[in-house]
Amino acid sequence: MSLYLAELRRLGKRRLTRFVLVLLILGLGAIVVAMTASSQKSGPAAKAKAEVAAEADYQEQMGYHRQFVARCEAAKEAGTSQQQGMPTDCAEITPPQREWFSVEHYLPFELDFRELFPIFIAVFAGILALAAYLVAASFVGAEWSSGGMTNLLLWRPKRLTVLLTKLGAVLTGVLATGLLLGALWTVAFWLIGRYDGTLGGMTPGVWRSFALDGARGLGLVLAVTTVGFGLASLGRHTAMALGAAVAVGVISEAGLRIATSVIGVPFPGRWILSSYALAWFNKKWTLIDVQSCAFDPVNGCVPKEFTITWQHSAIVFAAGTALVLLATLWTMRRRDVA
Amino acid sequence: MTAVLEIRDLSKTYRTLRRGRRQALAGFDMTVAAGEVHGFLGPNGSGKTTTLRTLLGLIRPDGGEMRLLGQPVPERLAEVAGRVGAIVESPQFFPHFSARDTLSLLADAGDVPRTRVGEVLELVGLRDRAKDRIRTYSLGMKQRVAVASALLKRPELLILDEPANGLDPGGIREMRDLMRSLAADGMTVLLSSHILGEIQQICDSVTIISLGRRVAAGPVEEVLRAHSAASVRVRLEAADDLPRAAAALTEAGGQVTSLPDHLLVAAERPAWITRTLADRGLYVSELAPITVDLESVFLELTGTAPVAGQARQVDESVVVGGHA
Ligand SMILES: Nc1ncnc2c1ncn2[C@@H]1O[C@H](COP(=O)(O)OP(=O)(O)O)[C@@H](O)[C@H]1O
Ligand SMILES: [Mg+2]
Repeated sequence: MSLYLAELRRLGKRRLTRFVLVLLILGLGAIVVAMTASSQKSGPAAKAKAEVAAEADYQEQMGYHRQFVARCEAAKEAGTSQQQGMPTDCAEITPPQREWFSVEHYLPFELDFRELFPIFIAVFAGILALAAYLVAASFVGAEWSSGGMTNLLLWRPKRLTVLLTKLGAVLTGVLATGLLLGALWTVAFWLIGRYDGTLGGMTPGVWRSFALDGARGLGLVLAVTTVGFGLASLGRHTAMALGAAVAVGVISEAGLRIATSVIGVPFPGRWILSSYALAWFNKKWTLIDVQSCAFDPVNGCVPKEFTITWQHSAIVFAAGTALVLLATLWTMRRRDVA
Repeated sequence: MTAVLEIRDLSKTYRTLRRGRRQALAGFDMTVAAGEVHGFLGPNGSGKTTTLRTLLGLIRPDGGEMRLLGQPVPERLAEVAGRVGAIVESPQFFPHFSARDTLSLLADAGDVPRTRVGEVLELVGLRDRAKDRIRTYSLGMKQRVAVASALLKRPELLILDEPANGLDPGGIREMRDLMRSLAADGMTVLLSSHILGEIQQICDSVTIISLGRRVAAGPVEEVLRAHSAASVRVRLEAADDLPRAAAALTEAGGQVTSLPDHLLVAAERPAWITRTLADRGLYVSELAPITVDLESVFLELTGTAPVAGQARQVDESVVVGGHA
C-alpha cells in the first residue's frame, strides 16, 4: 500500500505528467470553445434569416436561368444554336425548383447533443488514450533508463510486485483523470446543447447509452495505457513504446493496406487496427468489397460485406493487451537488472 | 563470530547477443563477519559489482550459495532486504527530482518515516542542497545521495559499491569518517573499491578478487603478513663482493635476487644473513627488512602491477594460486 501511494506521488510529481495533463486540458478546451463558437441555436429569428437567404438564392438562380433562356432564344433566331451548344428547344432547360432551396441548408450549424455527443465521446477517448500512452510509457521507461528501477528493486526486491504496483498507479491516475475530464466534457457539451444547440429527445435510455459509450472509451484508454507501459518496460526505455506505436501505425495503417491491395486480399480493413477501434465505438463496422458480387435473386449483384462487431474488437484488444502484459511480466521476472 | 554475509562458489556468466559469453564470477567465495568493516578489493572488471548485484537479487547467478543475515538469498531476500542498505555501481537517480523528493519517495515505498530523510541528508552533508534537482549535482554529490538512500532504513548491513568514486579528497575523508562512525555504532559495512589506500585505512578485513575468484581474504594485517614474503635488502661495504655474497647465501639455502648495488634475500631472518656472510669474511653495511603494503600485495595477487612500456588491458589479470 505504501509503495502504491509512493508511486502515485511519483507519477504526480513528474514533469511529463503535468505537461501532458496541461496539454490535454488545453486541447479538449479548444475543441469545446470551437464548438461553442460555431454552434447556434435555431430560434425564430435564425429561421426567418435562413428563409430570407433561401429565397434570395432561389431568386438569384432564377435570374441566371432567365438570362440563359434568353440567350438560347436569341441563338435559335440567329440559327446558331448548334455552334453555341444550345438546345434547339429552349423549353428543355429546367428552371431551378423552389424546394431545392430548403431552409435547413441555410440554418447555421446547431449542435444536436443527442445526435453528436457519441462522436465526441470517441474523440475524447482517442485524445486521452494518446496522452495516457505517453505518460505510462515514460513513467516506467524513464525509471528504467535512469536507474531508478534498480534503486527501487534494492528497496523492494519483489520484481512483479514493484512493476504491477507501478502499473496500478498509472492506471489509477489515468482512470481518475478520465472520469474527471470526462464529466467536465459531458457538462460542456450539454451546456453547448442547452444554450447554443438542441437537447431534444434526451431520455434516460440515451443517457445510459452515453454512459456505456464512455465506459467502452475508458476501457480502451486503459488498455492502451497498459500496452504503452508494457512496451516501455520490455524495452527498458520510453523510446521503445514510442517506436512500437510508430511501427504499428506504419505497418498496420499504411503497409498492410498497400500490401493487401496489391495481392488482392478481400476486406483489407480486416487487418487494420483502426477498423477495430471504429467498430468498438460504433458497435459495428461494415467493410464492403465493391469488386465482389454475391448474387441475389431480387437485387441482382450486391457487393459482399464483412462486419466487425464490437465483440470482435474486444477480443482483439484484450488479446493484444494480455500478450504485451504477459511478455512484460515474464521478462521482468527473468531478465537481469544490470 | 557470526557471519552476516556468506558467499560460496558463486558463478555467473553474462550472455549478450553481441559479445557472446563472458564469465564474470568463477566460483567466488566471501565471508563478512558481523560488526566489521570489510573491504572488497579488486581491479576494474574483476567481478565486484557482479557479486553485489547477484547478492541483492538484481541478477541471477548460474551457481553457488549466498546468505544474507543468516537467510538464504535470493529465496528469502524480501525478508532481509529491510535490514540491508545498498548501493551498486554509481547509482543513478531520476535527474529532475530533488534529493529530498527522491529520498522521501523511497522512504514512502519502504515504510520509513519521512523524518528520517532529513536525518540522512544531514549525515551525508547534503542538507543545504537537498531541494535542488539531482541534475545539478556533481558526481560526488550524487554519490552522497546514494549513500543517504542506503542509510534511510538504518540497515544492519551497509553495502557500498565504490562509494569513493567521484569524491574529492575532502569528500573521501568525510565518507571515511562517516563509515567509521557507522561501524562504531555496530553497523557492518561492506565496501568495494579498487582504491587500496581506502581499504587499508578503514577496513578490519579484506577479500581480494581477481578474474571472478577470491585470491586472498582475512584481516588486513594477516593478508599483508602472509603475502609480504619478508625480503631483506642487503648491502655490502664493497660492492664488488656482491656476487660472492650471493653465491654464499644461495649455497647456504637462501633465495637471492641480485641487483646492481644490493641483494634481496627472501624470507630469511637478518641474523642468519649476517652470520652466513660473516663466516665468509663478508661484512654487511646495510640490512633492511622491506615493508609491504596492501598495494603491493594487491598488485602481486592480481597480477596487475604495471610493466614499463606496456599498457595493461582491463582483463589482463593473472590467475594466481593454482586455479589455472
Ligand atoms: N551486463 C553485463 N553484460 C555483459 N558483461 C558484463 C555485464 N556487467 C559486467 N560484465 C562483465 O563482467 C565482468 C565483471 O564486471 P563487474 O562485476 O562490473 O566488475 P567490477 O565491478 O569489479 O569492476 C567484466 O568483465 C564486465 O565486462
Ligand atoms: Mg564495479
